[in-house]
Amino acid sequence: MIKFLLMVNKQGQTRLSKYYEQVDIEKRPSLETDVVKRCLSRKKEECSFVEYKDFKLVYRQYAALFIVVGISDTENELSIYELVHNFVEVLDKYFSRVVTQIMFNLDKVHIIIDEIIQNGHIVETNKNRILAPLLALDKMAEAH
Amino acid sequence: MALKIVKGSIDRMFDKNLQDLVRGIRNHKEDEAKYISTCIDEIKQELKQDNIAVKSNAVCKLTYLQMLGYDVSWAAFNIVEVMSSSKFTYKRIGYLAASQCFHESTDVIMLTTNQIRKDLSSPNQYDTGVALTGLSCFVTPDLARDLANDIMTLMSHTKPYIRKKAVLIMYKVFLKYPESLRPAFPRMKEKLEDPDPGVQSAAVNVICELARRNPKNYLSLAPLFFKLMTSSTNNWVLIKIIKLFGALTPLEPRLGKKLIEPLTNLIHSRILLCLSSVAVLISLSSGMPNHSASIQGLCIVPRPLSVLSLFIVKYLGLLAMSKILKTHPKSVQSHKDLILQCLDDKDESIRLRALDLLYGMVSKKNLMEIVKKLMLHVDKAEGTTYRDELLTKIIDICSQSNYQYITNFEWYISILVELTRLEGTRHGHLIASQMLDVAIRVKAIRAFAVAQMATLLDNAHLLTGNTQHNGICEVLYAAAWICGEFSEHLEDPMATLEAMLRPKVATLPGHIQAVYVQNAAKLFSTVLRGQEGAPADSKVAQETSQLLIDRLPVFVQSANLEVQERASCILQLVKYIQKLQQKDVEVAEEVTALFAGELNPVAPKAQKKVPVPEGLDLDAWINEPPSGSESEDEGRKTKTKGKAVFAKEESRHTKPRYTEVDEKELAKRREVRKAEQANNPFYIKASPSSQKVYQEAVGVEHIPVVQIDLSVPLKVPGMPMSDQYVKQEEERREKNKADRKKKDKKKRREKGRQRRGDSGPESEEDITPAHMVDIVTEEMPENALPSDDDDKDPNDPHKVCDIQGNLHDGSQVVVSVIFENKCDSFIKSMEFNVMDSLNSKLQRPEGAGPHDSLTVPFQLPPGISNEARFIFSMQSIVMPQKLKGTLTFIVKVSWSCSPQRWLITTMCHLASTRRGRTKVGKMNLESGHVLLIWTRKSKRLRWYYRWREEREIQRWKYPWRI
Repeated sequence: MIKFLLMVNKQGQTRLSKYYEQVDIEKRPSLETDVVKRCLSRKKEECSFVEYKDFKLVYRQYAALFIVVGISDTENELSIYELVHNFVEVLDKYFSRVVTQIMFNLDKVHIIIDEIIQNGHIVETNKNRILAPLLALDKMAEAH
Repeated sequence: MALKIVKGSIDRMFDKNLQDLVRGIRNHKEDEAKYISTCIDEIKQELKQDNIAVKSNAVCKLTYLQMLGYDVSWAAFNIVEVMSSSKFTYKRIGYLAASQCFHESTDVIMLTTNQIRKDLSSPNQYDTGVALTGLSCFVTPDLARDLANDIMTLMSHTKPYIRKKAVLIMYKVFLKYPESLRPAFPRMKEKLEDPDPGVQSAAVNVICELARRNPKNYLSLAPLFFKLMTSSTNNWVLIKIIKLFGALTPLEPRLGKKLIEPLTNLIHSRILLCLSSVAVLISLSSGMPNHSASIQGLCIVPRPLSVLSLFIVKYLGLLAMSKILKTHPKSVQSHKDLILQCLDDKDESIRLRALDLLYGMVSKKNLMEIVKKLMLHVDKAEGTTYRDELLTKIIDICSQSNYQYITNFEWYISILVELTRLEGTRHGHLIASQMLDVAIRVKAIRAFAVAQMATLLDNAHLLTGNTQHNGICEVLYAAAWICGEFSEHLEDPMATLEAMLRPKVATLPGHIQAVYVQNAAKLFSTVLRGQEGAPADSKVAQETSQLLIDRLPVFVQSANLEVQERASCILQLVKYIQKLQQKDVEVAEEVTALFAGELNPVAPKAQKKVPVPEGLDLDAWINEPPSGSESEDEGRKTKTKGKAVFAKEESRHTKPRYTEVDEKELAKRREVRKAEQANNPFYIKASPSSQKVYQEAVGVEHIPVVQIDLSVPLKVPGMPMSDQYVKQEEERREKNKADRKKKDKKKRREKGRQRRGDSGPESEEDITPAHMVDIVTEEMPENALPSDDDDKDPNDPHKVCDIQGNLHDGSQVVVSVIFENKCDSFIKSMEFNVMDSLNSKLQRPEGAGPHDSLTVPFQLPPGISNEARFIFSMQSIVMPQKLKGTLTFIVKVSWSCSPQRWLITTMCHLASTRRGRTKVGKMNLESGHVLLIWTRKSKRLRWYYRWREEREIQRWKYPWRI
């Protein structure tokens, strides 16, 4: 199962974090910096999987943005690797390729993640269906 | 009112929203903390306002701050407020904040139960959706119990959007509230065939997770999954299903045959699925007589490794190989060179994977070769973390399963010595412990080990040269100890003694110095014996003593207490010895007696296995902590308490009241236990002859040991010695083989037509160890308990999710409870109540409400016991269930009539096994244990009890003590 999902920039600052297993708020920053350090230090021609403590990290880089997913041993690495790409494609579709928008609309990114992953499992991979609730929300906001 | 709203919205215009906050934090890079603290103050102000829009904005910002690592638990109540807003735009912010901030121990969660229930049944599908998503993050056992029914109805909602979310969240509910599994399971099964692929995949997810823990119970679903596998186009779902089959096939071999075809098709068509399917194929073939599948699978694995240079595939290929290794080690071993190549890879993940594989691949035959390659990598490796990893792996590989693969321990010692030359490694301690372990447990190697260690000690300056704090000087700890303890093997103990007392030693860490000093004394005794044994040359002996007297004062002044103490002790001893020597008294014998006796290794679990003596309470105070008011009789109390720990006669005072066992009983129990131990074949007794027995069992006489004249190789600086051993070993094996062939030939000639296997390729068994290896087994305490269940994880939440067997509905279980009053007061008005759970109900008289308690129909004078019966109607008692109940009673004390209330929490664990398919419905309950513990502090009773089968009636007995 998926343990957490992080979005970090190249400087290692966390842009978004989502945990599916309770981690103490005090321990999160150290875990995040540790995880990010491991992924950032790797070169492009190295593989996207890092073994870390008792779980694995799957990461992908998109320009200045890193997406890191922590998974348990039983999860299929390649499927998560593809899931990350799927997630980014959805973000691209909704924010029309404007990366800064992601930063300022974190709550919407959260909605997207919640549509894709629920309690550590993949629920939905169809882009249109993932975006449906968000579009409905936007319509509601316009109506007001 | 209207004015207020207008005012509120004007205020809002000046409030920061999330965007402003993010931007603000970016613009205040220097004083970020200060800026955020002002923001938090603003947010606190905003939360105080009535306007829900302002509040939700504030909560939204808090969510962001929480993500940055700020504690926002103080706003939990406000989050609940926003959650309960009727507008979806605000509600979702509340739920988002809750899902990020809340966890099981957040106390306001209790308040949300009704709100969530309302949202779950909301006509707006997004309200329900957001509630389900949020719930999945913070569901607690209480929430799960209360909402299980609501979520279950949602599983058959008209909208697939809700259905899939409800299905997925049921997994969390099962974990938190296992009782819900049985009633929900049929519906979950239905969802596997849901027309919507999303719901289907959610159901597959849940069932796969459940089945992974307990595959046996889900075997009946195999046909359904088979259909899904052949029809589904969703790769993510397919992977899950394939993994599930991987767990199922070992249980049902026939399934394997059916799966081969569709799986091989999948492998060829989709690379994404390839690797997980290969792993399954392999597990299939292990349960099947013909290995065609595994051969097919293996053809594919090397393909990604060699043909596709993609690093991701390389990594996954290695991963799959490690899975294959478990079942088919031989087939992986043929790819050894490929794997060794991966060690040169730039990518650390790949290198580590390859190392892992090597660990499983070693055998007696290739150990030396593999380690030699690894040693080369150690030299080349850059970056200490990877080098340290290599080092630990080398040691792991060599020491695995009790040095099973090592045929030549001299080689291993020299490898260890070579490893000490690594600069800046953290694992000095590990090397040291290996040296100690080998030297102690392999007797044959001691002479060699001691010689090596003596050289190490002599060259100690090389190890400690650059930095004092590097971990490698730990090795000296082992070296000094080995030289001291086995000093009889030393060639020149005097020189080693001299080396151990160099002034530079004082710069080593304290604990190592202490070992140095202590072992110098041991060496001293050996030196003395050697010198006195020779024609009396008292002068030389006295010079040795003088050496110690000269050098030890440095240690006496050490800052480390232990070094100080040992040094001054030994200094005085040596001074005394010198005096005796001057009077020409022979002291060597007596000095040696100081270090007589051999030290044997102790098993790691030994301490845990020592049973706690009866009557010993480790938690009791030895000395009562000082308290102001009781200072007068403290002395007396301390005395009795202090004694109580050791003396049994006194212990009755301090024993908690509930263990009222008299002396006779104790003696009787001891007798019984001893008799039991004597009869128990598994009981481990430490008998002095155990080592001998072990040797005989191995059959040392039957192993042809070739005596090779191994002169201790001269150490050429800079040239690794272990290579020589590899060569020697090869020669030795050749010789061995030749010898054996000769013998074989002889035998063949003698016995004529006796059939004998060709000695063709060298097999594992043919390799004989170079030394007569006597690996001393570890000692266990004399009366250890032979139980081995320490490794089970009691915290696994999945063990409770266990469906077994069936039972007809509506069965009644009669629980008879024996209440026994053990106190001196009168007990009356007892009321017994057990909360109803999903499938068990306490039967109450007609007209009583569902929460009314039952009156126990008697009173209890002191010392009297009586039995009461309660009837439960159960839908199913074959799965574990937890009954929560209370017993209320009034204790009549002589001076007042005070009502006392105790909360009883019981845990019923019922498990049954089916005795074949025909007898479904018959129960066969496992018996447990009866025990009742009353913890005084929490004033809570814990029941552990036993169920016994008596047709449909279970008797539930436990002693009732107050």
